[in-house]
Amino acid sequence: MKHEIFEKNTILLAIAILLTVAIGGLVQIVPLYTIDSTIEKVDGVRPYSPLELAGRNIYVREGCYLCHSQQIRPFRDEVERYGHYSLAAESMYDHPFQWGSKRTGPDLARVGGKYSNAWHTAHLIDPRAVVPESVMPMYGFLAKNELTFNDAGAHLATLRAAGDPYTDEQIAQAAADFTTQALGEASGGDVDALMARYPKAVVGDFDGDPSKVSELDAVIAYLQMLGTLVDFTTYKPEGEMAR
Amino acid sequence: MANVEKDPVSGTNTTGHEWDGIKELDTPLPKWWLTTFYACIIWSIGYWVVYPSWPTLNDYAKGVFGTTNRLEHAKDMAAVAQAREAWTSKFEGKDIEEVAQDSELMTYARAGGKAIFADNCQPCHGAAGSGNKNFPVLADDDWLWGGTLDALQTTITYGIRSTHDETRISDMPALVADETITPAEADQIADYVMMLGGQGGSDAGKTLFDDNCAVCHSEDGSGNQDLGAPRLNDGIWLYNAGKEGVLAQITKPQHGVMPAWVGRLSDTEIKQVAIYVHSLGGGQ
Amino acid sequence: MNQATTATGASDVAYNEDVVRKFVLAATFWGVIGFIAGTFIAFQLAFPALNLGLEWTTFGRLRPVHTSAVIFAFGGSVLFATSFYVVQRTCRAPLFGGKVLANFIFYGYQLFILLAASGYVLGITQGKEYAEPEWYTDLVITIVWVAYLVAFAGTLMTRRVSHIYVANWFYLAFIITIAMLHIGNNITLPVILFGGESFAKSYIWASGVQDAMTQWWYGHNAVGFFLTAGFLGLMYYFVPKQANRPVYSYRLSIIHFWALVFLYIWAGPHHLHYTSLPDWTQTLGMTFSIMLWMPSWGGMINGLMTLSGAWEKLRTDPVLRFLIASVAFYGMSTFEGPAMSIKAVNGLSHYTDWTVGHVHSGALGWVAFVSFGALYYLIPKLWKRERLYSLRLVTYHFWIATIGIVLYITAMWISGIMQGLMWRAYDDLGFLQYSFIESVEAMHPYYVIRACGGVLFVLGALIMVWNFIKTIQGDMRVEDEFVAPQSAAAE
Repeated sequence: MKHEIFEKNTILLAIAILLTVAIGGLVQIVPLYTIDSTIEKVDGVRPYSPLELAGRNIYVREGCYLCHSQQIRPFRDEVERYGHYSLAAESMYDHPFQWGSKRTGPDLARVGGKYSNAWHTAHLIDPRAVVPESVMPMYGFLAKNELTFNDAGAHLATLRAAGDPYTDEQIAQAAADFTTQALGEASGGDVDALMARYPKAVVGDFDGDPSKVSELDAVIAYLQMLGTLVDFTTYKPEGEMAR
Repeated sequence: MANVEKDPVSGTNTTGHEWDGIKELDTPLPKWWLTTFYACIIWSIGYWVVYPSWPTLNDYAKGVFGTTNRLEHAKDMAAVAQAREAWTSKFEGKDIEEVAQDSELMTYARAGGKAIFADNCQPCHGAAGSGNKNFPVLADDDWLWGGTLDALQTTITYGIRSTHDETRISDMPALVADETITPAEADQIADYVMMLGGQGGSDAGKTLFDDNCAVCHSEDGSGNQDLGAPRLNDGIWLYNAGKEGVLAQITKPQHGVMPAWVGRLSDTEIKQVAIYVHSLGGGQ
Repeated sequence: MNQATTATGASDVAYNEDVVRKFVLAATFWGVIGFIAGTFIAFQLAFPALNLGLEWTTFGRLRPVHTSAVIFAFGGSVLFATSFYVVQRTCRAPLFGGKVLANFIFYGYQLFILLAASGYVLGITQGKEYAEPEWYTDLVITIVWVAYLVAFAGTLMTRRVSHIYVANWFYLAFIITIAMLHIGNNITLPVILFGGESFAKSYIWASGVQDAMTQWWYGHNAVGFFLTAGFLGLMYYFVPKQANRPVYSYRLSIIHFWALVFLYIWAGPHHLHYTSLPDWTQTLGMTFSIMLWMPSWGGMINGLMTLSGAWEKLRTDPVLRFLIASVAFYGMSTFEGPAMSIKAVNGLSHYTDWTVGHVHSGALGWVAFVSFGALYYLIPKLWKRERLYSLRLVTYHFWIATIGIVLYITAMWISGIMQGLMWRAYDDLGFLQYSFIESVEAMHPYYVIRACGGVLFVLGALIMVWNFIKTIQGDMRVEDEFVAPQSAAAE
């Protein structure tokens, strides 16, 4: 029987297995990099500001993606509840992506600007203080933990190596931009320059405690920009349906 | 295959191999299994023909149906818009006070507003506007910026201290920090404010109140909704209650923020929420 | 006659059973830890106060502890133990690389588990499901995995039988494919290489939609090759051994093996239906999942039909009952999976507890049950005991765990479908009928039931541990033999 050649030769069997399992991934992944229409051409999407990035790293660290998706599907109920369906372009600078696979809590793809900083602070510290039915853990420790991001430039440089279009200026100013965004004018930083580098960034203080930059500041800065970069009053992806 | 033998139970031959006592039968593939497998493959080929499928390095097969998830969704939403047309057209032509004259329209608006409120407003303002600590109750008649339909529509549309250019905004000064009054004077004012609300206190700080606070909050503490200056004589407190709370607010005022909902909600949806909120018990 | 050949086959080779014993004990230990962790986080979802308000004990940090403990620590240790046991016996050769390599693999793998788990609790994670360990832990497991491949393939190459047994095809496919997936999904840039201060932090090279596809290419095939191919290898040895029957169909083995390993890899995009992943990729993910149905069932047929002529043994052999029940759960899960990959079904089930229930019918019903069967088989053999301490306790374990699984998956079916329906429910006037938080509130009773199912599953595992301890100590409980009922015996 012909199959015997595999049953008698370990190397041949191993090579045959490797070839067999390699095909699917190659066909499904490689074209996502080479087909132009994979990521929509849309204005407004930019890499994360240092404070947003720090907040995003905390979001990843705490495993928020295990209960919250960031991916609105093109269904009537989802767009009515959460807003316009998600574009691939909106997560193009997400390392890693945080689309999630479970909604124990609601989708967060467009939570930016939906609630006030004060609400996020109250809610993260004790979710049940504002939403009695919530089953979310309490994240009061985020308010207590002081956050420093002295190596913000190194983080941005790493992301540039991964393909994000950070400029030399953004990398050089990263640590300063971090503090400016977290504490606002009061920090003595140049808010206008920050806003020029990161349009639509939300400037703090976020957690109501101007004495320090806390992890909570960063998380809220990240949440407050989620889904706000693309202007859907002018962009209609229906015109770009070829994908 | 010298060791092929017949399995006495099934009557099938073995393959003649043995591993640690395990033998294999040479049973043919079950027909139903193979048929179902082929059927799945044929169905898949059919699916590839009609829907977007196989890629090349710069394009992919579009499928003869010429449709995508997003196109299907656009069709769904167009159908929804059409089904709602009969209702929404009436909203678009009318201002909110006119809508209020039409009882059928009001029923529709309250239903829509209720659904929108539950997912968007309830996290801060509580179920049915019952409020949360530091977030106003919407079910009573104590309004910061007014409880008429018009006022509610404006507040929801542009928010309070939001990022929108036309936001409602008021800014209570930090009277102690900017040395307009001394801490001792602040204490007297707090006592007087307690008295205005019928919660004890004393009137020693009346003059101080009239000089520093009444311009916004009125001499009798009835507030001013045009300025977003809270009513102080009803014993309802947004932040901490009691003299301590009042003193804290005079010394280091807190300012709540409400986002602007224009852009996130449509004009019709904002009218519906305003009507729903108006119906919660405090509408004026 | 079968037993006679077994005895002669085994006596002339010095098998390395030491590493198998170590992995068996590790599997038992990590299994209990993983089940308890899962039950605890299940209670957290029902009673959020159990998050304890501490940084290290939130659901978000403990969930990867649970998934990694059950998949990699428990499942992985079972696969190491059984693959080393099976490959030596079916090749009639000692483990390649000797004691040194075997011990390197054992201690290296335990180090990987400890590094990964301590990282999660401290908040060190890549944020990719089932691939949470950071780059330094990824490197450790890469080295251990290469050693594993060397030991396993080396044993195959020094075999003293002419043909490679089907169980070893599956084990080999599992080892090779997991290596490919692990490397492909963990291409990451540590910030320390760019002058960063944090040793542990890295950024995944891919981003957004490409990272999503790569992640679920990996994630789905962690199920496909770790939890399916690897455990099918296990099944192909322990079911025929315990049933003492020949494997049902060699031809089916060949066809379903190659079809399974070829098709499984393509199924990943069904985790991303209706997302911003392009439609063409979703189509491929869905259709390949459908085509995968029969190749998956090939394993079930070969497992169940191996029992033809020996069905009565299920009445008297609780170990075989574990093995066969696991194959039945495998069949159910591999039917449910393709069904949930259909886009219309997935539109409802995705993001809900239905997915969680599906995973657990596979993980508890298939992976854990087939592992329990193998462990019950191995313990007396490895410690040279005549039999287990108590077969009655195996029976108790079986029924308690089965009731636990039934509670778990029915609760998740109900809650999942209810969630999906509540999210898309409209009232008469066409407005969303329920707010999101109402759906959260509605889940509470099902979360309690699910957690109770978990308690039963843990209880069963503890009974197993007791049975193992007594067996290893050399005790044998005096018990009546299980006897088949008269009607069956009379036939």
